Amino acid sequence: MANGEREVGGDAPAGGFVQLLTPDGERVDSVTTADGTTYTVDFTDDEYRELYRDLVTVRRLDAEATALQRQGELGIWASLLGQEAAQVGSGRALRPQDMAFPTYREHGVLYCRGIDPIMPFGLFRGVDQGGWDPNEFKFNTYTIVIGAQTLHATGYAMGITMDGKTGNADGEAVIAYFGDGATSQGDVNEAFVWSGVFNAPIVFFCQNNQYAISEPLERQTRIPLYRRALGYGFPGVRIDGNDVLASFAVTRAALDQARNGQGPTLIEAYTYRMGAHTSSDDPTRYRIASEVESWKAKDPIARVKAFLTKQQLADDTFFDEVDEAAKTLALDLRERVLAMPDPQPVTLFDNVYPHGSPEIAAQKAEFERYHASFEGSH
Amino acid sequence: MAETITLGKALNHGLRRSLEDDPKVVIMGEDVGKLGGVFRITDGLQKDFGEDRVIDTPLAESGIVGTAVGLAIRGYRPVCEIQFDGFVFPAFNQIVAQVAKMYYRSLGNVRLPIVIRIPFGGGIGAVEHHSESPEALFAHTPGLKVVSCSNPADAYTMIRQAIISDDPIVFFEPKRRYWEKGEVELEAPLAEAFPLHSARVARPGTDATILAYGPMVRTSLDAATAAAEDGRNLEVIDLRSLSPLDMPTVYESVKRTGRAVVVHEAPGNLGMGAEIAARITEECFYSLEAPVLRVTGYDVPYPAARVEEDYLPDLDRVLDAVDRSFGW
Repeated sequence: MANGEREVGGDAPAGGFVQLLTPDGERVDSVTTADGTTYTVDFTDDEYRELYRDLVTVRRLDAEATALQRQGELGIWASLLGQEAAQVGSGRALRPQDMAFPTYREHGVLYCRGIDPIMPFGLFRGVDQGGWDPNEFKFNTYTIVIGAQTLHATGYAMGITMDGKTGNADGEAVIAYFGDGATSQGDVNEAFVWSGVFNAPIVFFCQNNQYAISEPLERQTRIPLYRRALGYGFPGVRIDGNDVLASFAVTRAALDQARNGQGPTLIEAYTYRMGAHTSSDDPTRYRIASEVESWKAKDPIARVKAFLTKQQLADDTFFDEVDEAAKTLALDLRERVLAMPDPQPVTLFDNVYPHGSPEIAAQKAEFERYHASFEGSH
Repeated sequence: MAETITLGKALNHGLRRSLEDDPKVVIMGEDVGKLGGVFRITDGLQKDFGEDRVIDTPLAESGIVGTAVGLAIRGYRPVCEIQFDGFVFPAFNQIVAQVAKMYYRSLGNVRLPIVIRIPFGGGIGAVEHHSESPEALFAHTPGLKVVSCSNPADAYTMIRQAIISDDPIVFFEPKRRYWEKGEVELEAPLAEAFPLHSARVARPGTDATILAYGPMVRTSLDAATAAAEDGRNLEVIDLRSLSPLDMPTVYESVKRTGRAVVVHEAPGNLGMGAEIAARITEECFYSLEAPVLRVTGYDVPYPAARVEEDYLPDLDRVLDAVDRSFGW
């Protein structure tokens, strides 16, 4: 039953989780899970500070996006508030050759891949559908239909094996992101089956943020999610999803296993969606304030700040500088979002087929004729 | 050199050639390996190309198409076999929400050169879910192209054209015609082949135009032969491509004959025939001597095998529609 040897910090769910940094900012040297795997991190002082910078930056950018939505500049926003550690830890664990398949909430992973944070804003502003080249960024397009991307990730991982790109430390691996709600989807379960039987080099990274819009975890599962992996024949590990160190350590280890040819791992990052599902949601209808308060005490950023302070790795000068830099990025992002032009209406006919279609071409011509007929009139 | 082979064997040859021509082509589906597929369309391919290229998948259609998407992003050209028409629906979400939309969503950055092969149609005395004609559902979906072959020569060429195309293509195979034989030029250069998305005049005629695809082309040709005995010279067009439709070929014919009858096994309501009739009416209104008529399956679930011949369009129902067209 036990995932960790002990319940760490008293804040772990029954069965424990891997935690390397407590909510109070105490560093746990290492955690050994029931299967004998030991997880730890060996960061330099600079690396600890840069993780903190990542966390603060993605939260600040997220806050800017929420503000832009409230001001009518985005149609909708899916906030990552509360899930920064899960995303930054796993995102920084990726090696350049690894491929990520996000949902629509992985803005923190996107940032850690070194991608310009403005990239998904076309989608949320409604000027495009999130149109980038997954192979250029090693980061697939955002997928909105829940769980669908886990099959894409699995197929991509099968392709890695077919290309002979596994079996050593330089191999490639895939990470597939999804949430607790998605674990009920057939596609996710099919992805588990496929990955298991084809020994695909993939890490399934489930951010269990406790809610699928309004429905609590209990409506999705009778057992802890990480334990489902056993039924598909690969390891499942639960981590403190608000601990960036655990997220990094376990993801890095699982990706290395995958690239070495040892197959898939399911990671359940036990976390909490501090904000609404999206800007269209009202969480006060289905969860109580005290629950949110209890999770505030486990904040993923506060614990890193406490750690850095206690260890005398950083002082207010550093924290202020990080805040300022994040603010500068956020304001730059805002400016560029506001400058995003609406697409020309006629472009709605573009990119339906690689080889085009005479029917679409005819409709486009008719569209242009129709609109031209208004020229000169009011 | 032409060989006389069955439609099923022609598909098998076409798949084999595609596997030979491009190492990125992979075949995936249920029982496509050792068994060679329940209709033996992939017979012998796994033996010759290996388990990585002819992949026996777990039994889950969404998984077949969903993993094909990932393989395509990785640079592969997956050919998915859906075992029977009525089993495609678990994959419907992946096909409609992902395969069809990825190129559009990604602003043209992601091409998914996926072929989804589906044996379709009735007439084989099967149980439920094994005789359906869901082509209109896919033809209705922007982002997908939909084709159907009707004879061995086209089967051999069209499957190869579909596989080299970067468009996602749903490829409907007329399962009851798998065993029909015809001449196939196995060495004819693909680049010079008749275009994939063009309709072909299968039988030239002057008096009325019969429009069909897949299994109904044979039925329509037989009807034309019978009509000739009554002195009526029917033109039969094999549509071949259902999305896009090659309407110029259709318009040219109907403007000449003045009469059109569309034939398909699928239910008539909102079927291919409805769209074709609407377009003919818009484009050929002053040439029409009669309304465009449809001969289709009825708007009921596909019935039990013992009554399927009463459901399916046949030679007599096609001729009856021709009679009604001339009686207008």
